Amino acid sequence: MNSFIIAGLLLVLLGLAYQTGWSRSRGLVTTNGVNVHSRPQYHGSLVVIWTLLPALIILGLWAFFGGDIVRNYAVGQIPTDIMTSLDQGGLNNAVSRLQAIASGYGVSGELAPYEAEGGAALRSFQVMTFIAVLVVAAGLGLASMWYARGRIAPRLRARNEVERFVNLVLLLCSAVAILTTLGIVASLVTEAFRFFTFINPLDFFFGTVWAPKFSSTTAGDYGQYGLLPLLAGTLMVSAIAMLVAIPVGLMAAIYLSQYAPRPVRAVVKPVIEILAGIPTIVYGFFALVTVGPFLRDLGNSVGIGISATSALTAGIVMGIMIIPFISSLSDDILNQVPRTLRDGAYGLGATQSETIRNVLLPAALPGIVGAFLLAVSRAVGETMIVVLAAGNSPVLRGTILEPVSTITVSIVNQLTGDTDFAGPQSLVGFALGLTLFVMTLCLNVFALFIVRRFREQYE
Amino acid sequence: MTDTTLSNTPRALSERSQRVRDSLRRRHATEAIFKGLGIGAIVVALGFVSILFADVLSKGIPAFTQSNLHLSVTYDESVINLDPAPTRADGQSDADFRAANLAWQRSVAMLNWNSVVEASLRAAAPEGFEIDSRQIQSIAETNARHQIRDIFVANPGLLGQTVEVDVLASANADNWIKGNIDRELGDSQQQLSAPARALIDTFEENGTISSGFAWTLFSNVDSRAAPAAAGLAGAFMGSLYMMLVVIILAVPIGVASAIYLEEFAPKSRLTDLIEVNINNLAAVPSIVFGLLGAAVFINYLHLPLSAPLVGGLVLTLMTLPTIIIATRGALQGVSPALRQAALGMGASKTQMVFHHVLPVTFPSILTATIIGVAQAMGETAPLLLIGMNAFVASVPATPLDQATALPVQIYLWQGNENRNFFEARTSAAIMVLLGFMILLNAIAIYLRTRLEKRA
Repeated sequence: MNSFIIAGLLLVLLGLAYQTGWSRSRGLVTTNGVNVHSRPQYHGSLVVIWTLLPALIILGLWAFFGGDIVRNYAVGQIPTDIMTSLDQGGLNNAVSRLQAIASGYGVSGELAPYEAEGGAALRSFQVMTFIAVLVVAAGLGLASMWYARGRIAPRLRARNEVERFVNLVLLLCSAVAILTTLGIVASLVTEAFRFFTFINPLDFFFGTVWAPKFSSTTAGDYGQYGLLPLLAGTLMVSAIAMLVAIPVGLMAAIYLSQYAPRPVRAVVKPVIEILAGIPTIVYGFFALVTVGPFLRDLGNSVGIGISATSALTAGIVMGIMIIPFISSLSDDILNQVPRTLRDGAYGLGATQSETIRNVLLPAALPGIVGAFLLAVSRAVGETMIVVLAAGNSPVLRGTILEPVSTITVSIVNQLTGDTDFAGPQSLVGFALGLTLFVMTLCLNVFALFIVRRFREQYE
Repeated sequence: MTDTTLSNTPRALSERSQRVRDSLRRRHATEAIFKGLGIGAIVVALGFVSILFADVLSKGIPAFTQSNLHLSVTYDESVINLDPAPTRADGQSDADFRAANLAWQRSVAMLNWNSVVEASLRAAAPEGFEIDSRQIQSIAETNARHQIRDIFVANPGLLGQTVEVDVLASANADNWIKGNIDRELGDSQQQLSAPARALIDTFEENGTISSGFAWTLFSNVDSRAAPAAAGLAGAFMGSLYMMLVVIILAVPIGVASAIYLEEFAPKSRLTDLIEVNINNLAAVPSIVFGLLGAAVFINYLHLPLSAPLVGGLVLTLMTLPTIIIATRGALQGVSPALRQAALGMGASKTQMVFHHVLPVTFPSILTATIIGVAQAMGETAPLLLIGMNAFVASVPATPLDQATALPVQIYLWQGNENRNFFEARTSAAIMVLLGFMILLNAIAIYLRTRLEKRA
């Protein structure tokens, strides 16, 4: 209800302001040639900006502080003798009873003598403050509109002012991306440092045992938080994924960009890209219920013990996920190699595959390596496939056939559902996140640097 | 030719051409192998696509049908003995009336509805069929009693009457009918007892049990106690709210910042830094965004846990770089002639951008947006860290209510201990999710071709 009233008020102000600016600036135009700098729309928009900004600021302040003010008033309605007998929970309860009475919904049970009165007072207070806020917002908006209206003159550079405002809004929007990065870095670093007040960083980065204990079991003994088993698992799974994805993805890109007839390319390329659009949870499920059991049975039939959930399972499926990533990036890069290089090689009598192997690939190598590094960073940060299919066994092992755990899996395990970041049990998630962030950041920066250099080389 | 210095005797020539021919054969063989490897790679990739889809389809399709029991339920007065429903007295406050009503509903809930279900099942069974109470109740899903109770609460006048009601067969019964359970296994390995299995078969013959399309998969919310009644409605609404938040926030902010960076920002070290930053942000693992959400939105700003609003905010931050990069690409592709023409006609820079450049890029921006939103829709990992994996048995009414999302529901279902039943449910949920993503992508492609034709 209230939000409808506010929206209505804003709409009315908007219409009024635009109309005022528009018609007033129209009135400036005379037949004997007074030159008005800006067109009426810009005058209208300028007045709208002047009107709505103050109103929105008032409403924003109210949205931010209003709840506390109302609550303080409600607390003030409770007589002091009752107040002293209440603890925090009792106070909250009393306040919410008052608010329920004020909303007209009422409460069940006997009303305390002060409650009916206090509820009514709270109700009138709420209505009065709401009206007051509306009046102040509208009044300030109108006053500011009056000022803006007074400024309208033939020489007023309304368009430039509106454009400056638009530019400011655009600038603020592009600041969001920066703020996101800052937010990521700040939250990871501060929480990770809090973790390092519990656990020695050396024990974390070079520890070989991952065995966190639940906070409830023992006070003081937090368990062991060695990163190495997780790091080993992460690298193992990523390496398997790259072994699957690089040959298939690269060869697919070469075939599609160099050999495939146009119609084949037009069909096959989007179909492979479908693989990129499938959510990773689907891959995880596929790995868990189909690929894992298949590998286990295959292993049994040749006499090798393969666990259904293992580094191999997760790695193969992750490799499938990354194929389109590598193939489309490599495809782009191969297409950027200048035609003249290829034609030169053909002119010397090289076959198509010789041209590709001896001319095209060496020329495209930096770009392709960059693509591989981007793919590695993707594999390292991938979560759902390993959560479902890697088996969650954070132990240092030398074999890919057994369950492993990765950094991302441990973040999910340690942080899921826990928002009370007090102990190292949950804070370790941020230390792991920071490790992951730094790893992927290095890979990305390096890869983007290589790809950029490559692009510049042939521009 | 450089070869002129070599001997040109016919013998030497034929030897040389023989050598060339041999090496050509070798080179062409390598060529064929190389090309074959390329085709092989394509076949492997396409094979993976088809295996994955075939796997999900074959597992998921059975979950779209379910077994229903047609029962004649009698609201027997000897079981249902209680006061009539309260009516509203004059001057009673809303809260008091609600409390009285709740008290009445509580007394309704205390009645032995299981015996009502059991009686109606027994009525459907052949005369003199021997089966004990627990066994016969294992045929109907546990929510049957709630369903029958709700019909009574909505219409207390039914007391003493008999109504025809369709209830769900239990997950085990459903599995038995669909043949997912090995019928040869001994009693000790069966979930259902021998009389219950026999009765199910009888029911199937006499038409008490029939299978139909599983509408409840779409209309119900998640359920732990009644697996056969678990549905996607809550997760679907949660995903929808998150998509709304993403569209409302990510698209304007993303497009605006792309415009600023591409058109207005002075080329300086700072803008270089912003560009590097955005490219990196696009490659930051999604789970890191979840950490950001947990630390900033939940822990610092105290936004509610498990709320689609928070999920939407996290996904917005994740989608922004995609939209920014795509929009910048589109803006770069606009021909300079258009810009110069606009500027030449006296348009200001802002007018040039908003009136001439932006409309041309509209199709690409739209496509990029839809693809970014589809990507956000399938994201799971960050949502786990902001509590969206909570079990929620209601449809969220606002974006601030507890909810889950489609991919998270898939994650929750795959972990359900009733594996035999939920494997199909999970695949069905995956089909629904993929269906939505394919729909979104199809819309993107359709709009792009349409708008590009017009432009």
